[in-house]
Amino acid sequence: MSEMISRRAFLKGSAAAACTVAASGLTAAAAPAPSEPQLCTLLDLSKCTACEECVDACKEANADKYPQPEKPFPQMYPARVPVADWSEKQGIQDRLTPYNWLYIQTVDVEVDGEEIEVNIPRRCMHCVNPPCVKLCPWGAARQFKNGISRIDSDICLGGSKCKAVCPWHIPERQTGVGLYLDILPSLAGNGVMYKCDRCYNRIAQGELPACIEACPEDVQQIGPRNEMIEKAHILAKEIDGYIYGETENGGTNTIYVSPVPFDAINKASEYGKGRPPLKPAADSMASANNIITAMAIAPIAGVAFAAGKLFKQTQKDT
Amino acid sequence: MTTPAKADSVSRYLYLFTVFFLVLSGFGQMPIFKRYYIADIPGLGWLAKFYITHYIHYLGAILLLGVCAYYITDYFMFNFKNKKLTFSGYFKTAVIAGLTVSGFLLIIKNFADYHLPGGLIIFLDLCHLILVMLLLGFGLYSLIAKKRWTVNRQDKIKNDSQNNG
Repeated sequence: MSEMISRRAFLKGSAAAACTVAASGLTAAAAPAPSEPQLCTLLDLSKCTACEECVDACKEANADKYPQPEKPFPQMYPARVPVADWSEKQGIQDRLTPYNWLYIQTVDVEVDGEEIEVNIPRRCMHCVNPPCVKLCPWGAARQFKNGISRIDSDICLGGSKCKAVCPWHIPERQTGVGLYLDILPSLAGNGVMYKCDRCYNRIAQGELPACIEACPEDVQQIGPRNEMIEKAHILAKEIDGYIYGETENGGTNTIYVSPVPFDAINKASEYGKGRPPLKPAADSMASANNIITAMAIAPIAGVAFAAGKLFKQTQKDT
Repeated sequence: MTTPAKADSVSRYLYLFTVFFLVLSGFGQMPIFKRYYIADIPGLGWLAKFYITHYIHYLGAILLLGVCAYYITDYFMFNFKNKKLTFSGYFKTAVIAGLTVSGFLLIIKNFADYHLPGGLIIFLDLCHLILVMLLLGFGLYSLIAKKRWTVNRQDKIKNDSQNNG
């Protein structure tokens, strides 16, 4: 035998194999750290009158977070890279922009021959497991333990991946602002992405988000997710309504209760850039996360393959 | 059942195949392939689809873990007595270990209810990127300079004594 397998080598191999198998078990053993309950908002759409008090309050409360781009913008390469400039259109309120993180979507829905107007405050859904945060390649988007997801404008490079992976394509870009200007402004990055951060700074001080505080109709309420879901089901039963946001994208922290079905709202709505639909949304992160078990099994397969080689070699030598 | 020589050959090609797709899908986590027209090349459109590159990166990680487990077990069972890791081998092993650990933590972060500090996530992202650049750079150097992962212990002793003598 050219490569004799001593007992010592076999023991070392077995120890290595045991370590590998043990390491593979880390995946299964790892458990989430106990965290505070995620904050969730419940919106009773039957109450919303589209007065836009919430939109105005949002603008006022978050004005200091809005982009202040430097002009002229750097020439970007290649030429296909789109410039997104909203700085001259800051007054727009009928869609999402970097200067308007909340707008009212008004839909006339016909149900059983009756036309019903539904007004829907639209903004970031603050997903329970937000793909914008989890798939951001630089860690610029973050989720706080209370469930709020926020894009850090000091770190974001404006690549717009968060918008691409968001089931509702919520974040909006402003060119000419942010960290990319200090790195390779022509070749990498394109500004900063902006979206609702649920007034995280007000919440940290024990205050309500501006949109909730300003609403004269008490459309929204905020609280721990399980409580809001419980309330949503009670409300839906009361008004014979429909729920959106409980299971969409694996669950969100924005629960809408509507007196009309959401598929009817979807059919009647005009959607487009900055005007997201309320369509069914499968759990974006599930497909990749579901194969984690295979990650625990793979090292065991590798060890088994090596052991098979050892067995074959042993047979050959005897 | 495959012969030991065939198993080594299969594992080597599997390693190269895995690293190739891991690197490609890893860089695909950044929004660069569409910007720089690479995703416009027929057959490479998937590089601009973030959920596909994400899934392929996970599949690559699964394969890499399997291949690494095979090599570690094989080294200690078969080759420890006769073969020695070179500097190049130690370096690449350390880099792959770093990639595995940082990758593992980044995977954990992707589950609901797992919160890593923001600074740590940035550190892990940058670590993962820098380590893969090191692996690529050193891999290229090893290819050009014909640096192997391991050498025979007897050959090394012979070479060392020739150099000293």
